[in-house]
Amino acid sequence: MASYTVGDACRTRRPVINEIRIRLPALSANESVARAVVAAFCAAADPTATELADIKCAVSEAVTNCIVHAYREGTGDILLTARLLQDRLLCIEIRDRGCGIPDLGQAREPLYTTDAAGERSGMGFTVMESFCDGVRVSSTVGKGTTVTLCKRLRGRSTRT
Amino acid sequence: MIHKQPPSEETLCRQTEDGVLCVRLCGEIDHHRAATLRRTIDDAICRCHPTELRLDMSGIAFMDSSGLGLIMGRRALMDKLGGELIVVHPAPAARRMLQLAGMERIVRIEP
Ligand SMILES: Nc1ncnc2c1ncn2[C@@H]1O[C@H](COP(=O)(O)OP(=O)(O)O)[C@@H](O)[C@H]1O
Ligand SMILES: [Mg+2]
Repeated sequence: MASYTVGDACRTRRPVINEIRIRLPALSANESVARAVVAAFCAAADPTATELADIKCAVSEAVTNCIVHAYREGTGDILLTARLLQDRLLCIEIRDRGCGIPDLGQAREPLYTTDAAGERSGMGFTVMESFCDGVRVSSTVGKGTTVTLCKRLRGRSTRT
Repeated sequence: MIHKQPPSEETLCRQTEDGVLCVRLCGEIDHHRAATLRRTIDDAICRCHPTELRLDMSGIAFMDSSGLGLIMGRRALMDKLGGELIVVHPAPAARRMLQLAGMERIVRIEP
């Protein structure tokens, strides 16, 4: 298994306040479903509009990658776990049992894509890393990929 | 298709006499929606053979990197036809994605 971590938010250990797990078949119609579920889950933490937009965008990228890349040869399930940790740290894990990523360093390079024919831009990992405070990706070829997105919610009540 | 598009999210294509095709995109652009939008826009391009394609993105509420692929794909098509693509009035959700990808250097954005 290969992995990489960007940002320090994924290393933080804190008590879990709330948690949901959903299993979605890898259908493109479920991209908006995943965003809506995560948005509803973090509403209790009162995120700002920008924080919510960041989270929805990052989740959309990770879920789309499962559908477009991981299960490119067929179909399968996407497992999404969202956790709200103490002091408003949001962690979302998106896991597939698809083809895996042979070279993580190459995959996260801006504009790198293996699916130019499908009009992919190669900006998915760049979006995830830009809009989150931490991203962790671990992958095994032939077994699957897990992407963890972490975001510190400053929230409306503490906004300056 | 599981989701039906609400009428407010309908894509409007309008051709003016001087060879300009205006397409107004509304609502959310993700990978799922991009497939439909691509067909709608490309059908209009094939019908109109425009010299200029204006993508009005003022009504975009959500866009991920699939929107970038959609824009670049249409730009490639317009290049092939010898025409130009212009992104018009991108809403904040679209603009920040364009900025992140440095698209203002490769695509004309107005204003
Ligand atoms: N879950 C995944 N399973 C297999 N391969 C993946 C997965 N996610 C990303 N990849 C690989 O990493 C590349 C870059 O991903 P990304 O930055 O999202 O760009 P894009 O999706 O536009 O190709 C993809 O083209 C694909 O080869
Ligand atoms: Mg992607």
